[in-house]
Amino acid sequence: MERLRQRPVLDVSGLPTVVFGPANIIWLGNLFYMLIEGTMFALLIASYFYLRTRVDEWPPGVHPPYLWFGVINGILLIISFFPAWWVQRQAPTGDLSKVRLGLTVMVVFGVVCMVLRGYEFTALNVGWNSNAYGSIVWTLIGLHTAHLITEWVETVALLAVTFSPKMEGRKFADIGVNSDYWYFVVITAVLIDFVIYGTTRLL
Amino acid sequence: MAVSEPIAVAPVGAAERLEQTWRQPPGFWGWFKNTHHTAIGVRFMVTSFIFLILGGILAALMRFQLSRPENNLMGPDFYNQTFSMHGSTMIFLFAVPMMFQGFGVYVVPLMCGARNIAFPRLNAFSFYIYVGGGLLLWIGYLLNTGVDTGWFSYVTLSGPQFSPGKRVDFWAQMITFTEVSALGVAICIATTILRHRAPGMTLNRMPILLWEKLTISMAVIFAMPAVMVVSSMLLMDRTVGTHFFNPAEGGDVLLYQHLFWFFGHPEVYIIFLPGTAIVSTTVAVFARRHIFGYVPIVVSVVATGFLGFSVWVHHMFATGIPQISESFFTAASLMIVVPTAVQFYCWVTTIWRGKLQMKLPMLWIYGFFFVFLIGGLSGVMLASVPVDWQVHDTFFVVAHFHYVLIGGALFPMFAGLYFWIPKMMGRMMDDMLGKVHFWLFFVGFNLTFFTMHFLGLHGMPRRVYTYLPEMHWGTLNALSTSGVALMSLGVIVFIVNFFQSRASGELAGDNPWAAGSLDWATPSPPPSYNFLEPPTVNGREALWEALPNQPIVGGLRDDVREVLITHSLDAEPEYKEEDPGPSIWPFITSIVVGIVFVESIFTPWAIAWGAAPVGAALIAWMWPKGSRPLRRRVEEKWSV
Amino acid sequence: MIGVGPIAAALLIDPGAHSMFGGASTQASHIEWLYWLIFWICFVVYVLVIAAFTRAGARNYRGDPGMLPVLPKDEAGDRRAGWFVGTAVVVTILTLFFVLVETVITGKKVESATTSKNPVTINVIGHQWWWEVIYPNPQADQTVTTANEIHVPVGKPVVILTNSADVIHSFWPPNINGKRDLLPGYSSAFWFQVDKPGIYRGQCAEFCGLQHAHMGFSIIAESPEQFAQWQQNQVKPAGDPTDPEAQRGKQVFLTHACIMCHTVRGTDAGSRFGPDLTHLASRQMIAAETLPNTRGAVAGWIVDPQRIKPGTQMSPNPLAPDDLQAVITYLQTLQ
Repeated sequence: MERLRQRPVLDVSGLPTVVFGPANIIWLGNLFYMLIEGTMFALLIASYFYLRTRVDEWPPGVHPPYLWFGVINGILLIISFFPAWWVQRQAPTGDLSKVRLGLTVMVVFGVVCMVLRGYEFTALNVGWNSNAYGSIVWTLIGLHTAHLITEWVETVALLAVTFSPKMEGRKFADIGVNSDYWYFVVITAVLIDFVIYGTTRLL
Repeated sequence: MAVSEPIAVAPVGAAERLEQTWRQPPGFWGWFKNTHHTAIGVRFMVTSFIFLILGGILAALMRFQLSRPENNLMGPDFYNQTFSMHGSTMIFLFAVPMMFQGFGVYVVPLMCGARNIAFPRLNAFSFYIYVGGGLLLWIGYLLNTGVDTGWFSYVTLSGPQFSPGKRVDFWAQMITFTEVSALGVAICIATTILRHRAPGMTLNRMPILLWEKLTISMAVIFAMPAVMVVSSMLLMDRTVGTHFFNPAEGGDVLLYQHLFWFFGHPEVYIIFLPGTAIVSTTVAVFARRHIFGYVPIVVSVVATGFLGFSVWVHHMFATGIPQISESFFTAASLMIVVPTAVQFYCWVTTIWRGKLQMKLPMLWIYGFFFVFLIGGLSGVMLASVPVDWQVHDTFFVVAHFHYVLIGGALFPMFAGLYFWIPKMMGRMMDDMLGKVHFWLFFVGFNLTFFTMHFLGLHGMPRRVYTYLPEMHWGTLNALSTSGVALMSLGVIVFIVNFFQSRASGELAGDNPWAAGSLDWATPSPPPSYNFLEPPTVNGREALWEALPNQPIVGGLRDDVREVLITHSLDAEPEYKEEDPGPSIWPFITSIVVGIVFVESIFTPWAIAWGAAPVGAALIAWMWPKGSRPLRRRVEEKWSV
Repeated sequence: MIGVGPIAAALLIDPGAHSMFGGASTQASHIEWLYWLIFWICFVVYVLVIAAFTRAGARNYRGDPGMLPVLPKDEAGDRRAGWFVGTAVVVTILTLFFVLVETVITGKKVESATTSKNPVTINVIGHQWWWEVIYPNPQADQTVTTANEIHVPVGKPVVILTNSADVIHSFWPPNINGKRDLLPGYSSAFWFQVDKPGIYRGQCAEFCGLQHAHMGFSIIAESPEQFAQWQQNQVKPAGDPTDPEAQRGKQVFLTHACIMCHTVRGTDAGSRFGPDLTHLASRQMIAAETLPNTRGAVAGWIVDPQRIKPGTQMSPNPLAPDDLQAVITYLQTLQ
């Protein structure tokens, strides 16, 4: 038996189901993820400077890392900010072809940056098992590379979804949030480049 | 948003349709597809309780070995594994999974008035990955590969030179499993609290437990990465030849301690603050009034969360660091007492100005007051550097942290279990058995741990598998061991009570405690959709301050798993999400990730070849599935 | 000090033996004073708070079977109560500040209680599971190297320079001072001054592996004259034994595994891996304060150290009984 009751109703039936930017909970989840990974980077950078206080010469007994692969890669990543930003602006319009274009450009940038990152590893002038300096440098770049790869795979996957018949509005929102993560990858790259390439020369 | 004039609601068949829409699949595989927070929350609580028992058995073994000087129940190797497993199990496999993950996952969405937790599949994944970590550690122990370097495994003892073999590797990777689990749950809980609150539940009206869980989620987010970093550095030193902690190659042993304790101190607040939230919740209910000092308590909880990150060096006072730093950390460690003192004063005022009904949960809360306070005060002693120089690494410190952890977490935990088990299973626990449990445990606990203060003051260091008769520590140790029987008996009584009550306990009804929060606004146990009529809120105690015609939320579809997302500050309705429903992908992903984690301590190449299956599982998880995307595309409403 | 007597009596514990009470040194006395100050403050706080909770619960206690109706809000009354809570918070803050100030003052006293004029300098290096003790001297042949037993003159400042050969240990003689960790890769200075002569035991206080429980040491505080005498004796290399059994024992010693790890100055045995045995017979205990230095105990230790300290670095030495007795006789000549 159903009881009929009289209760005022807050009617939410007219609310949207696809939202973009900070209103979307995926945006918040991504923010928390960036806080977590950002803390890891911050702690590794702090460890880098802490280990530095334990020796007189820095880098200890080896040359600083070769500059140009890292610098060029950093510049390319900064440039890749623009397609990521453009895609983020296109996503709320629902224009599928523009979104596909933007994601494709991001994917291409990602490939070039990953290749350059490979060259960076070969030109660090120290092994991860040579000393503590080598260990922390490899770990810093290694962690960032993991993010670069993960973000690239996510971008590829989102691009693939745009070609699926199951593409829908919520995925446009995900594509918007993906750009936020791309910015994170770019910013952390610049920070790490400064620590690894810059401080060994400037400080 | 405008509220309509009274209209007839509860249309015919709404409950049945909601049940149909929200039901979790039955059967064996259905169990692994469940993504509802009540199921996952119960799983966290049951699993962590099992680890509590296992950790307790280890403690009993330790106490038996120490009950006499030069006892030969076990040799140093087995004892060292046992105490290391005891600490690791209690901290990583019991305390956080129960206090934060178990209670958080179960209670938070209900207290928000939501149908499910945010990111339900991440929540489910977090449970499975936690189980993986527990299995890794314990299978190791049962194969004589248990960690034997303490629950914090200082270098260089835990490094490749002095601890060859896989024991420490298992421990370090268990940390990866459990840390990923805690982080996943933190994201879910923080998002639920910020965006899934019932309309009308502004921040100013949020129950203290939600403030605490939000604070703790942020503490987890900032603290867990530190232990991830340090345990990974240790693993790399041990498996691929890095030199983070090798002094001979520029590494540093104190780097380990700084990174570990930067996590380790917030960790103990991650365990303790949930206890205080249970206290604040139940004190209000059983004093029959609003909590006194809502704003000071909220500020105290948040402040403790922050300040917890500023005291870590007090674990390192004996390392010879400069006095000026030690003084700073003494000051910070004393300062952090203040917010907890504020909470104590607010609690006593609530009770003083209320009418106390000493129901079973409240008995345990009083136990908390008596026990935790001793631990807090011995903490003041430890904060004082010269005193710490004497009692650090002795049984005095062991007494201290057991008083704050058992007093501050276990006593509130039992209070919370007696309080919320009626909601979870629909039946009340037996009162008399509950009282027997309390007294056995309270007396046994004090017998075991109060004596340890004296042992420490009289020179007995920690982590010793035996001691010489000439030390005169035998009597106190024997006395300490005698409490084990009482505590164990108490826990057995609790377990008996649980199973008996489950079968034939008094029916609980919706709200046996006449409490004020939204978790009591639904049947016990809650249906799969939590609330037939999603509530709105008019005050800090939603049910106590509900208007006679308090509006309900209407317009959420009952043929689709629609949930309402509200604004983080004022809980105004913003948009509608669709809950993804049951899914096997969290479970499959946890298996794949678990295999990669375990393999990687045997060969680092596992990360390389494991990346592809992990990536595939995650992509399968996130790929739009079934007819839902097509249906949504037709019906979706974009915001401008 | 107030409080020690009754509590100790109640616990049937002798407060003098291996405890932080008793004030045998300047440092330990300062720390003990601070401990009791904070203890009594905490005691008073505990009694007051628990009394408040008990009274609060008792005054309006209701034993009703069901749940009572919720009390109406009384915001005026709550505001008045707020003044009490505020006062309590202020008192708490002031008390904690007082503790902070006393802590800093006592800390400074402990660190600088001794004048740094002519301290006795001792290097203590932690090993798994024994203490290498060196009294350095610019002249190499005046350097004293011993193990586990530290002699100091009463009433004179002593500075310990810490280090570790392997893992983290912690040097802790509770009657004398708080503890200091021995960290590989670090050396730190740790001061004390003993005021009362006696034998004070210490134990390693940082978990260091299998035999952490059996890593003790002792500090023997004696008059400056006795200390000087001891030091002069320790500097001497071992002489040749005259007794035939001892001579035989020396031969056994020099031709067996002993010399792989041990030094006896004045012989060819020069390994620094294990404790220096040059003056073994002058020590009261062996195996890092685990066994008395008697024939029987030494015999058991030599033949099977793993039985007494499983996991120790010393391997078993199944000597023939005659050889064993000879070695022990020889070792007993190493005064």
